[in-house]
Amino acid sequence: MPPFQANRRKLIIAGTAVAGTALATGVSGLFTPASAQDLAPTRSMRGGSNNYLPGAPIVDRIGGGGFWMTGTVRRAGDGVPLQGVRIQIWAHTTEGHERDPQSHGATLTGADGTFRLEMPQIVPAFGQPHGHLAYDSGDFQTVFLRPVMSSAEDKTLTADFVLQPA
Amino acid sequence: MVWSVLAGTIAIPLAIAAASPLLAWRQPVYIAAGFAGIVGMALLLLQPLLAGGYLPGLGRRTGRRVHAWSGLLLLACIVLHVAGLWLTSPPDVIDALLFRSPTPFSAWGVIAMWALFAAAALVGLRQRFRVPPPYWRLGHTALVSVAVAGSVVHALLIEGTMGVVSKTALCALAIAATVKAVTDLRSYAVLTRRQP
Repeated sequence: MPPFQANRRKLIIAGTAVAGTALATGVSGLFTPASAQDLAPTRSMRGGSNNYLPGAPIVDRIGGGGFWMTGTVRRAGDGVPLQGVRIQIWAHTTEGHERDPQSHGATLTGADGTFRLEMPQIVPAFGQPHGHLAYDSGDFQTVFLRPVMSSAEDKTLTADFVLQPA
Repeated sequence: MVWSVLAGTIAIPLAIAAASPLLAWRQPVYIAAGFAGIVGMALLLLQPLLAGGYLPGLGRRTGRRVHAWSGLLLLACIVLHVAGLWLTSPPDVIDALLFRSPTPFSAWGVIAMWALFAAAALVGLRQRFRVPPPYWRLGHTALVSVAVAGSVVHALLIEGTMGVVSKTALCALAIAATVKAVTDLRSYAVLTRRQP
């Protein structure tokens, strides 16, 4: 949704509520300003930082790919999508352990605040098929996530960040 | 008959785990740690059968002697299990031991581990401190009951190399054998005995 940010600004400037728009954040921002202003920051999950290797390189793809890690990054409070934010990703996959450097990679969010990185298939390790994601670039407070796949057969995994300025 | 059922109950889960596709993506030390856990589960089934003298050809007397040795083997399995996992991913094991892991089965496993260590320690201490048999039996039984229950929850919640059906069967039999032995041996007698 690239026009998201611009539309929302226009709406706010115009001060009009446009019914029926699919831009959920913008809509809730207009109708219930208090809740949008209060968008709470994402808290780190237990075990999220395990086997973290700081400074994973930005890559087009981790290893051979076949699995997609996706998500969104927004700013706490107003929920504005954040562009160019570096998200680091690692997991136990068919190509390596969490501790292996080749299991780690990073990507940047687009203008709409979404990110998407192809990586090898995540396989169950330590009892659960799960991935790790980190925001650890300094402008906002560091967040470590550890989402769990609902099935080991899944080909995607999603994690959303709401970041608090540092 | 009893022996062949027992052998199957133990061998089938091990064989299914040995054929798990997950093994292809694991290092030898992680694989060994996993199998130490499975052997440990099998020993949790064997232990009450030995203590209760239910295995043909092994009376209660011989059974108790084997029970002590297989108890030591069980301790070794737990140590190998935890040590192997530690080498595979130290922060995950530290989280588990400190009860701050995101996975609930970790806490159950650690509770079972400490209960089993305590049950074994009680065996060593009962002679030194001359604990009256009814009391040490109650303590040993209570601790191993916690160990069996904790291990079963631990194992069932894990998505790992074991097959769901064979794992569930092994766990159910371990619980059944423990309940039967505790009931038959009246290990809790000290609690129900009428005061003179």
